[in-house]
This record gives sequence, C-alpha cells and structure tokens, in this order.
Amino acid sequence: MSRTAQFIHKHSPWLFPLPAILAIFVLIVLPVIANFILSLYSWFVGGAPSFVGLENFSQALSDWRFWNGVRNTFYFTLVAVPIQLVLGLAIAVLFNRKFPGKGLARTVILLPMVTTPVAIALIWALMFNPSLGVLNYFLESLSLPRSLWVAQSNLAIPSLILVDVWQWSPMIALILLAALQGVPLDHYEAARIDGANSWQSFWRITLPAIRSAIVVAVILRSIDALKTFDIIYVITEGGPGTASETLNVYAFKTGFAFFRAGYAATLLIFLMFVVLGVAMLLNLLRRSA
Amino acid sequence: MSQRPLSAPMRLPQTDAARRVKRMKRNKRLQTIGIYLLIAFVLVVMLFPFYWMLLTSFRNQVDNVSPTPVWWFRPTLENYQNVIRRNNFFTFTWNSFVIAALSTLIGLVLGLPAAYSIARFKQNGLALAILVARLTPYITYLVPWYLAFRALGLIDTFVALTLTHLIVGLPLIIWIMISFFEGVPVELEEAAFVDGATRIGAFLRVIIPLSTPGIVAASILAFIFSWNQFLFSLVLSGPRTQPVPVAVFNFISYGQIDFGGLGAAAVLITLPVIILTLIIQRWIVTGLTMGAVKG
Repeated sequence: MSRTAQFIHKHSPWLFPLPAILAIFVLIVLPVIANFILSLYSWFVGGAPSFVGLENFSQALSDWRFWNGVRNTFYFTLVAVPIQLVLGLAIAVLFNRKFPGKGLARTVILLPMVTTPVAIALIWALMFNPSLGVLNYFLESLSLPRSLWVAQSNLAIPSLILVDVWQWSPMIALILLAALQGVPLDHYEAARIDGANSWQSFWRITLPAIRSAIVVAVILRSIDALKTFDIIYVITEGGPGTASETLNVYAFKTGFAFFRAGYAATLLIFLMFVVLGVAMLLNLLRRSA
Repeated sequence: MSQRPLSAPMRLPQTDAARRVKRMKRNKRLQTIGIYLLIAFVLVVMLFPFYWMLLTSFRNQVDNVSPTPVWWFRPTLENYQNVIRRNNFFTFTWNSFVIAALSTLIGLVLGLPAAYSIARFKQNGLALAILVARLTPYITYLVPWYLAFRALGLIDTFVALTLTHLIVGLPLIIWIMISFFEGVPVELEEAAFVDGATRIGAFLRVIIPLSTPGIVAASILAFIFSWNQFLFSLVLSGPRTQPVPVAVFNFISYGQIDFGGLGAAAVLITLPVIILTLIIQRWIVTGLTMGAVKG
C-alpha cells in the first residue's frame, strides 16, 4: 500500500465528500453569502455599487409590487397544492387495483412531470389562446361561455394553477400509490367483517395508514410550488400587468430586466426565507403529528 | 315423502339468494366499468396536451389558426423542416446535450464518493445540508453568479452553464446514490480490505460496479433535469451556447406566432426526455422527491 493510498484510506471520511463539499460551498453557499452583502448595496449593473445599509429592505417593505408578489406566490401555492392533493389521492386510490394496462397508465401519468417545462408552457399557452385555443372550443361544446384565460387579470393565476395541477397531481398520486401498496390487505378484510363500508374503511384505515406519505407529498409540492418559475414566466411573464407576478418572477425581472442587482438580492433573501420557513414549518407539523 | 316439504320452502330463499348474488355481480360489474371509465378519463386528460402538441406540429398554419379545431387533416412535415433548417435546431440540441452531459459527468465524479461517504459513515448532517441546497430556490444563486461570470467574462460559455447546471444534478445524484450505497453490504468491502484493498480500491472495484444500475438511473435523471433547466440558461447563455428551452422560448417573441413551429419545437425538446424516462421510469419519483419515496 503506497503512502498516499494509506493516507486516503485513513482519512476517507472527510476526503471522499471533500470535492462535493467544495463544489457546494463555491456554487451554493458563497452566492447566498454574496446575496446578503449585495442586499446592502444599491447597484445598477454596469454602474458602481454604493453602500445603502438596510435601505433595500425598508424599500421592499413599502413596495406594493413586492407585496403583490408575496400575495401571488401564496395564492398560487395555497390553491394549487390542496387541489393536487385531492386529485392525486383520488388517482392513487383509483390506480391501486389490478387493471389491464396498469403499467402503461403509470407511465402516462409520469409524462407531465418529466416533460421540459418550457414545452409544457408553450402547449398550454397555445391551448389558452382566447380566439384560437382548443380550451375555448371545449367550453363552447359544453355550452359554457368562452374565457380569456391568462389574458384576463383575475383569471391569470387560476389558469396557471390549472397547468400546475395537471403537471403535478400525478406526482402526489405516485407517492401515495407507493404508500397505498404498503397498507396490509387484512386490515380491510377485518373492517369488512366488522361491517364497515368502503367509505368508512377509506377514512378509518387508508388515510391514517398513508398519512406520513401525504405529509411528505404536501411538503415537497408546497416548496416547489412556491418556487414555480418556468411555466409562469413563459406563459404570462407575470402579466397581464403584474396580475400573475410571483415573488420569484418579480425578483428575476428586478435583476435581469431592470438590472438592479442589490434590490434583486434583497427580494431573493425574502424569497429564500419564505421557502425555507415554510419547509421548516411543515416539517415541524410533520414531527408533531 | 319427507323430502318434499323440506325442499319446497328451501327453494324460495335459494332463488332469492341467487338473485342477490346476481345483482351483486351486476353491481360489481357496473362498478368495474365505472372505475375503468374514470381511469380512462384521467389518462385522456393527462395525454391531451401531448396529443394536441403532436397535432399542432403536423398541421399546416392555415389549419392551426382555424377558429374551430381541425381534427382530421393531411399531416405535413413542413413545421419540423422549418424549425430544424431555419432555426438551427440541431445547434441548440447539441448545446443542450453538451451542458447536460458535462454537468452529469462532473456530478458523478463529485457526487459518488460523497454519497458513499454519507452512506458508510452516516454523515447525516452533510445529507441535510445538501437537501437544504436543493430546497433553496435556484434563482437565489443566480444574481451573484451572473455578476461573477460577467466579471470573469464567462457569460455565454459552456463553463458557466455546466457549473450552474451542476447545482441541479449534484444534489440529485448524491441523494439517489446514498440510498443505493446503503443497500450494498458492508461485508463485501470488508472482504476487500482483508484482501489488502484500500478504501479507494474497494470503492472503485467493488462498490461502483455493484451500483451500476443506480448510477445509470442517477445519471439519466441528472441529464433530464439539466436538459429541462430553463432559468440558468435564460440568463447565462447567449448565441454560442443557447440550449433548446431558451431557443424555443425565443421563438415566441418573433412576432407572429407560428403555432406549427412551436408544436414541432415542443415535440423535439420533449422526445429525448420521454425516451430516457421510459428507460428509468421506476426512478423518476424517487428522483423528484429526493429519495423521500422509494420507487
């Protein structure tokens, strides 16, 4: 055994992860630290930065567009995730049986979550088109009034939620399906002998048995929903006006359309705390449950 | 003689029971049909946007802008030809491929030893740190990166794009491989140590070969996630390095909307992802949930 090999052997617990730790430090930790420093400056990209202390933070707190972003971010997440949970659970229960083509069906519902989000956004944008889109054709076929979808301020976020629900309900369904397969069948048998109907055994047996999977699914989805960027930016760019502008999109525009690096960093610090705060809160709820 | 009076009253409840069984069977069959219809409905809803994307891509512009949808038409390859020829689609595809392949490769080199170490030495703190990195919005890193790469003259280079896409792939690779390495029995390594192997030798010659299926799955997932990445490329790429999602996004701003072209472009980005997904379907949910759910 050469000396180097011996050295590596002895110190492997920290040498093995070292390259990854360094990469993560440079690519992730440093930028986060940089954001905190940047947030203390007013810096129009291309010009010179000037130190302004906490002014960016007080500006954000009195910026209607910041609060609009916060409101839209939570509106999107708080409506989309519960709908996805209900639909995902329904799909999971529906798929939790033997039926011909089950493997194929599982593959089909995988597709929306792996497809390139930009492609998904384009296709939905075409379907949303108020005059030529196929969705209005469906509405008319059902003798319902046509809709402006994303072109109307108060429908922009609901329409985007529709896309998110289509895209991500399957993920909750597959998580819960995996959990449902772990519920022992004899519990249902016992309940049936005791005279429980299927609705009762769903509430009394199924739900409690998959509760932790439900919580995990909700945590993961909520965090990702708070961060949704691609479909919003491609379909509406936050519009009409600022009607669907989430914190994410506003921060992006501040940095890369208005080139205000310091203020963008400030908005991103808020966004980071919102996401990590919600993650921690949900995790606490999970532990206490 | 004594059998008649006995069997006669028996017949009534028997037919009654038979009828009930029959009704239950019919109800059961109706229920099954209902369930199949619901399953079919779910699948139709999930597939419709893809079906519409395909139709749009094979229809000519006149049919695509017809106020009532044209369902039957003579398919044309015009849209694909336009996208590929006029818009240099292959260049963008090549850019996407280079970025995804390089970031996945570096992700494996850095991630595999880290995942092994976390699995073997139970470094849960490190695992948690990587999870937090995955939870933090990607856009948080983007402003500092942009400023740094701009100062270094690295905007619109593969270096900048590969490094940033590494943030997508590396945590994913580490988390999938942790659970994979945990499944490899310690005894195998110990046997290798007895034979005189070092930790690195055992890792390279025993652990890695045993984990090939996991490594393939993790690589494909990292590749897909890089391929799909939009935000980093939107800011850090340029004419020389533009990957497909950004190129396609830019099609929209060309003024008049070319529905067929958009459809064709969407099909072309999606196709490689769908093929890769079919190979590793079992791992998709595991990857998307950072190992919280085993496929």
